[in-house]
Amino acid sequence: MHKLPKLPFPIEKGIKPAISGRTLGFHFGKHHAGYVNKLNKAIKGTKFENTPLTQVIKETFDNEQTKGIFNNSSQHFNHSFYWNCMKPNGSTPSYKVKKVLEKSFGSFENFVTQFKQKAGTLFGSGWCWLVADGQNLEIIQTSNAMNPLPLNKKPLLVIDVWEHAYYLDYQNNRGESINKFFDVINWDFVEKKMIEAGL
Amino acid sequence: MAFTLPKLPYNIEDGIEPAISGKTMSFHFGKHHNGYVTKLNNGIKGTKFENSSLEEIIKGTFENEEFKGVFNNSSQHFNHSFYWNSMFPNGKEPSQKVKEVLANSFGSFEDFLKQFKQKAATVFGSGWCWLVADGKNLEIMQASNAMNPIPLNKKPLLVIDVWEHAYYLDYQNNRGGSIDKFFQVINWEFVEQEMKKAGLF
Repeated sequence: MHKLPKLPFPIEKGIKPAISGRTLGFHFGKHHAGYVNKLNKAIKGTKFENTPLTQVIKETFDNEQTKGIFNNSSQHFNHSFYWNCMKPNGSTPSYKVKKVLEKSFGSFENFVTQFKQKAGTLFGSGWCWLVADGQNLEIIQTSNAMNPLPLNKKPLLVIDVWEHAYYLDYQNNRGESINKFFDVINWDFVEKKMIEAGL
Repeated sequence: MAFTLPKLPYNIEDGIEPAISGKTMSFHFGKHHNGYVTKLNNGIKGTKFENSSLEEIIKGTFENEEFKGVFNNSSQHFNHSFYWNSMFPNGKEPSQKVKEVLANSFGSFEDFLKQFKQKAATVFGSGWCWLVADGKNLEIMQASNAMNPIPLNKKPLLVIDVWEHAYYLDYQNNRGGSIDKFFQVINWEFVEQEMKKAGLF
């Protein structure tokens, strides 16, 4: 049975300065919780009942019959990853992390510019990921529930750009929500993912 | 030919009671829809679509990777205009004729509402839920992102916007509640007009 993760910060306080307690209450307590509940219901009595989450995602990808399971499992994964990518008041990227980003994007600032541009121009609902494809870093846009796992790429950082992620706090101003996201990135988590990805 | 926002037959600041607040309207109409119109005009400038009608643009850019932006903006302009027309403060009652047409296709007027609500509620991600005429046949179709019935040569009769920006300020995650309230503001006179145009009576 899948469960909501335990967040290392109180939900009522939000993730300052980017996300209000009000938004986090809905985003974590209603949207993410809803995906977890629907996932558990949908896999009950199926071959996926005891399968690890990332495997469920890969095996239900691109299959009309298992579309509901794919959406709910992916959204559970995506949101859990998203919460890990942030912490109140953020952090500073280490020298190592900056060097890895510099190698692929020219400079840390270029990475930030490109990530903001891709996150800002995603049409409809979706996510913007920094991923590792082997030793190569890419910024990829994904629609709806999609994530890098079925593409065998390793996620390093993600921002949720479904409107429910920012609408109460920023309304139509997605750009500003992305700017504020950079004030809360947990770069220690990103570094951990880079190490795991062999970077 | 520059496209413009439609002039609505009701005040934006008052919203569309009891379904949509003035605050939501000011963002939805004044920022989102307005943004699509501006981007559309910029997107067609200097292209072969510069003097085309909106429907011609939608059909001509559908499934065309080169003009994906123009498809999205033209369709979203069309979709939102149709959506504003589909509503009126406190709604307008459906006539006997309209109820009969819906009962013919869906069993009863109540069955139509149930099916429409179910389809609108289950669109995954951003999109729209349309009542359309395909010849004499009525269908309820879900559409993702900017999609609409025009490229499929079906005739739109009624639409609800289920992009989260349409309901999040007023209902947060409760899309079902927003759909219930939508039913209270449907402008059935507009739907009847579109049914007539589609040759349904």
